[in-house]
Amino acid sequence: MTDTPTKVIVNCATGESTTVPLTEAELEQREIDRLAWEAQEAERKAAEEEKENLKASANAKLLALGLTEAEVNALTA
Amino acid sequence: MKMTLIETKTLGAAAASIEFTSIPQDFTDLIVLCSLRSTNTFGVGGVTWFDVLLSVNSNTGNLSNRILAGSGAAVSSGSGSGEFVIRVSDSATTANTFANSSLYFPNYAGATAKSISLDNVSETNATNARQEIAAGLWNDTTAISSLAFSPSSGNLAIGSTISLYGVLKGTDGIVTTSP
Repeated sequence: MTDTPTKVIVNCATGESTTVPLTEAELEQREIDRLAWEAQEAERKAAEEEKENLKASANAKLLALGLTEAEVNALTA
Repeated sequence: MKMTLIETKTLGAAAASIEFTSIPQDFTDLIVLCSLRSTNTFGVGGVTWFDVLLSVNSNTGNLSNRILAGSGAAVSSGSGSGEFVIRVSDSATTANTFANSSLYFPNYAGATAKSISLDNVSETNATNARQEIAAGLWNDTTAISSLAFSPSSGNLAIGSTISLYGVLKGTDGIVTTSP
């Protein structure tokens, strides 16, 4: 039993399937990929939140101008 | 058109990667159908999908992509280079559900850069799942002989399945495809 992640290799020429541990280089690449993905998703989430905040702010200003909620929804839907 | 199953693999134990090697070169195109789930969860902002990275001939660097996506909460588009990503159900999604993905590789054995088409849906019994279509490019003129699918961390869950099909073009008046 090992904690080292494994990969499954399917040889299409022979139909043989083998399971081998990841190499050091593959493990290093996975860590790079993981960090890149986390940064990218955090950035995406921040952009979504900013957009939602702007939308809420715009709606509030429209309501303050005297529009009804139905009218605001009709404008922004 | 004739579609032939080359190999299919279902994981009996979680694994960090599934790789198809020695892909035969005598088809016209390749289709890859995936049913994948990650053992990890990102756990930020309601995101319920996890990246699985495509590697072509053990290479990710020459890949680029353009994506149209919907998350249930928002729509997005974007482009990227140095990767081609399939976003699959993560471990926070409804138990025993798997993303389903279809990838098409036209002219995979040719001596030109290779285009890739992806149609992908993550799966969960909630609003925040991921749907996306993507166009990709592997900017390399080498014939595709291996394809690998690896989550950016963690493992592909037990039961994850990838099937590789070869597509042979049909009779066009010049080329005849045997049944």
